[in-house]
Amino acid sequence: MLKLLRKIVRTGRVTETIPHGAGPQPFLGAPDPLRGSLQVRQVDAGSCNGCEAEFAAAFGPVYDAERFGVRLVASPRHADALVVTGPVTRNMAEPLMKAWEATPGPKLVIALGDCARDCGVFAGGYGVAGSVADVVPVDLEILGCPPAPADIVAALRRIVGS
Amino acid sequence: MVGFSLALAAVAAALAMAAGAALPMRARVLWVGVLTALSAAAGGAAAVAVLAGSGTFTANYPNLFPLGGVRLEFDALSAIFVLATAVVAVPASIYGIGYSAHGPASRPVQIAFPLLVWSVMMVPAAGNVTGLIAFWELMALSSLVVVLAEHHHNTEARTAAQWYAAMTHLSLLAIVLALIVLARQAGGDSFADIRLGVHQVGPISAGVVFLLTLVGFGAKAGVVPFHVWLPRAHPEAPSHASALMSGAMVKLGVYGLVRVGWDLLGGGPVWWGAVVVVVGLVSAMFGILHALIASDLKRLLAYSTTENIGLIFIGVGAAGMFASSGNRTLAAVALAAAMLHVVNHAAFKGLLFLGAGSILSATGTRDLDRLGGLARRMPVTAATFAVGSLAIAALPPLNGFVSEWLLLQSLVHSLPSSAAVVAVAMPVAVAVVALTGGLAAATFVKAFGTAFLAMPRTAEADQAHESPRTMQIGLVALSGVCIALALAPTVFAAPLQRVALAVGGLADGRPIHTNGVYLQLSGIQAGLSPLLLAVGLMVMIVAALAVVRRGRVRRTIRDIPAWGCGRTVQTARMEYTATSFAEPLQRVFDDVLHPEIDIDVDHRTESRHYVQAIRYRMHIRDGFEHRLYLPLLAAVRRWGDRARAVQNGSIHRYLAYSLVTLIVVLVVSR
Amino acid sequence: MSATGIAVAMLQVVLTIAAAPLLVGMMRLVRARLEGRVGAPIRQPWRDLRKLLRKERMVSANTGWVFSIAPLVLLASAALVAGIVPFLSTRSALDQVGDLFAVVYLLLLGTVFLSLAGLDAGTAFGGMGASREMTIAAIAEPTVLVAIFALSVSTGSSNLGAIVAATLAHPSTAASPESLLAFAALAVVTIAETGRIPVDNPATHLELTMIHEAMILEYSGPDLAMVELAAHLRLVVFLGLLANLFVPWGIATTVQPLHLAAAAAAVAIKLVALAATIAAIEVFIAKVRLFRVPELLAASFVLAFLAVTASFFLA
Repeated sequence: MLKLLRKIVRTGRVTETIPHGAGPQPFLGAPDPLRGSLQVRQVDAGSCNGCEAEFAAAFGPVYDAERFGVRLVASPRHADALVVTGPVTRNMAEPLMKAWEATPGPKLVIALGDCARDCGVFAGGYGVAGSVADVVPVDLEILGCPPAPADIVAALRRIVGS
Repeated sequence: MVGFSLALAAVAAALAMAAGAALPMRARVLWVGVLTALSAAAGGAAAVAVLAGSGTFTANYPNLFPLGGVRLEFDALSAIFVLATAVVAVPASIYGIGYSAHGPASRPVQIAFPLLVWSVMMVPAAGNVTGLIAFWELMALSSLVVVLAEHHHNTEARTAAQWYAAMTHLSLLAIVLALIVLARQAGGDSFADIRLGVHQVGPISAGVVFLLTLVGFGAKAGVVPFHVWLPRAHPEAPSHASALMSGAMVKLGVYGLVRVGWDLLGGGPVWWGAVVVVVGLVSAMFGILHALIASDLKRLLAYSTTENIGLIFIGVGAAGMFASSGNRTLAAVALAAAMLHVVNHAAFKGLLFLGAGSILSATGTRDLDRLGGLARRMPVTAATFAVGSLAIAALPPLNGFVSEWLLLQSLVHSLPSSAAVVAVAMPVAVAVVALTGGLAAATFVKAFGTAFLAMPRTAEADQAHESPRTMQIGLVALSGVCIALALAPTVFAAPLQRVALAVGGLADGRPIHTNGVYLQLSGIQAGLSPLLLAVGLMVMIVAALAVVRRGRVRRTIRDIPAWGCGRTVQTARMEYTATSFAEPLQRVFDDVLHPEIDIDVDHRTESRHYVQAIRYRMHIRDGFEHRLYLPLLAAVRRWGDRARAVQNGSIHRYLAYSLVTLIVVLVVSR
Repeated sequence: MSATGIAVAMLQVVLTIAAAPLLVGMMRLVRARLEGRVGAPIRQPWRDLRKLLRKERMVSANTGWVFSIAPLVLLASAALVAGIVPFLSTRSALDQVGDLFAVVYLLLLGTVFLSLAGLDAGTAFGGMGASREMTIAAIAEPTVLVAIFALSVSTGSSNLGAIVAATLAHPSTAASPESLLAFAALAVVTIAETGRIPVDNPATHLELTMIHEAMILEYSGPDLAMVELAAHLRLVVFLGLLANLFVPWGIATTVQPLHLAAAAAAVAIKLVALAATIAAIEVFIAKVRLFRVPELLAASFVLAFLAVTASFFLA
């Protein structure tokens, strides 16, 4: 325990500071109640897990998306936004739909990564039902394969507006 | 007034029995219900009059039986038990009108039920040994008939009746022995004579009488290890009779113990109370653990009765211990807690048994694992069962909390001035009361949650309908009683003082002080106002509602599927059942419950790595039944088998027996 | 019951409701800083609650009235307890209405309703959470009541105001063995009942490890806001009990505004210290398996039992 304490003290704060004046460009489609508080439910609709790794990193100590009022939750009932990764596979199309229906409004869908946008390299695969937008209405897209955590944080900041 | 009410009760009961014998089916059920309710109400009126201070009522019928008469002595201690009986018997009788129409409407049952109600009220009213035993046996026999009500199509009822008959006569045997020894040594049959002559009873005889009393009345009360008849007889009896038996009849075990142990014998050494406390502790723990794991609703309620009787015994025993060590004010508080719990338990356990009866008649099953979703289909039953569940889990602001609070107060404030045995016993008692409280909450969350909430698990539960009007009246009346007892326990302040005075060997002083709103205890700096707690909760709920409504809630979306983590089908088979709900706690108490678990795994023929089916069976036996009674019964049977050798059909052998007997008789009588 | 007493009780309820989300925000901030993060501002839980009040309320087809009233009962019971517990003054009007036993059973009332709501959802996880929550509540109960027993032996009353007053009058009792043992026992129960690590993880996303979260998976919008606020409030109530029963100094024994303000400052300092300690300890330990929790609670029961024994034999 003392070893851990020493490490905590030695490491200090590792979060990268946002350059001053680099405020987010507000996302006009963001509903007013979601300013300053955004609960996110992540749905893996069939991704290769690359986007998951970067998304997890966005909530890690270095990028710390939580400081902007964004938090991951366990149930779509608690969520304001669904972050969907990957091309939507046949087996995940219905669960994704159900998750979207289970989310109380006002709600947003964020398609994370190139696959979510246009199925990426998996386009036309026999198990792929389509892109995220083919199944649920997408409000915001974050591009990249995978997207960088800084891009993810920047996109989330556009919704919460800080 | 008291005499008139008691006479009215007797006449109404007799008319109800006559109606049960003479009328055709539909009219029979109606009139038996109405007249029995009238009889119980008259008894209740007498009890209220005595508790309100009209003094002890006595009457003497010296030539009723060839060898002895019956004396009635109706004091405050009698009255509190008669009140408890009336509280459950009036609604249960009305409920019985609707309930019997589809079930136990046969003549014997309809005759026995009024007799049972009346005899339960007359046992506490008896004022001599003969009267007590006569009414006691009348009660035992009429309840036996009621337990056998459905024996035509239910073999379980026969087994249950056998167990009940055996235990109730064990009880009678011990009581008769105890009372005969007591009456003989004290030199009189009436209670008044016994009180006068009790100083002639030596300490050893007094101890023997007390222990026999404890066995006899304990067997009726259903404390461990005599509880085995409860979980058999209560499920098989018609539900309104179970309500009466569990709510009122078993309490007479407590009555007998207090009457003989601390009124007639005038109390004794500390160990008397200590033994009662230990019996109570074991019963409370054992009862609630088995209630927790039971999935048969009425069996669950029966085990919970053992638990509640255990709590009452803890109160009575603690009162005995305090009185023996000189703290008679605290003894009055403990006794008040026990007596208030007698009345409260009659109300909520009666309510719960009636609710179980409504479920049984609507769905045909008592198995919680086969119920579910009844709150939408039976709203009145659901709401009233919820009141009963919250009350029995001792949650404020309902009535179970008030008596549990009194009990805890009396236990907690025993330490500074008492003996070491009290100091060791009381923390254990508080811990057990607390654990039973917590487990009771879990048990009744399970019972209410799996029976009434979420989706129905079977077609029978899906097609359930609300019960007939008379049954609903019974349920609503009893939940009203629970709420009234919860909000105004203060009306019991003066009556409980009269009860304390009636038990001369135990307590004196006024246990509860009140100004109408607050409960305050003598000798204890602690207060409670159940009424204001309820008001406070209501104020907070209204305030929360107002604040939330003011927030700009966009809208409410209803009738959507529950969030099942994206599963495509959501069925009732995914719900937690009663058994799975209790599983974590059952694991915690594995060492006490000793579950027998069988797991069979079938593999696919192609490969051992693929499982075809898994069967899981778990069975938890009643340890006392398994380890104590079954070996005893087996031993009796072995003796019987051995005795068979005597009778081999040979006429020569029988003639030899006669000759030997004749010689023995001649030798002895010479 | 005087008018000033009612005013004090209402002030306590309002202030604890206002402070509870801030305290939770502070605990999250402490955790974030120890993990090397910046963390969300302290007022973030309030922002979340405000947003939830403006969202849709979703009620699934399986559920009935129990699901709808459970958040109200949970919040009301916690708020009522906040009025009884002596946060600011021993002169709250609710002090005579309910004692420490009433507090414990009122909190259990909220737990029972939330468990019923979990069952009412009809999902596997709702039932699982309900079953686990009741398991922990049931086996925590003996510890709580025996610890109360220990406290009321030395003061002769189970009323909170009387216990606080007795400790103020005899400061040495605060450091007596029975008091320290009872404090340790109640601290363990506080961790268990408020769903903190190592019993439950309030930030978990894995349903199979959940206890509290599993029961509320089905709540949304304003209902969820009430459940969350009640959870925050219960945390403050438990910490407030720990703080003011064992270290009562600073609490007002009058109802003068100046004393009340000083008491508010004192209790705020105590709460922040306790909450920061808990948050810091959580960084160093992992959640234990569910079936190890009874062992933890059994240990706390032993502590409470020793406290009673000590109060009798050392008195």
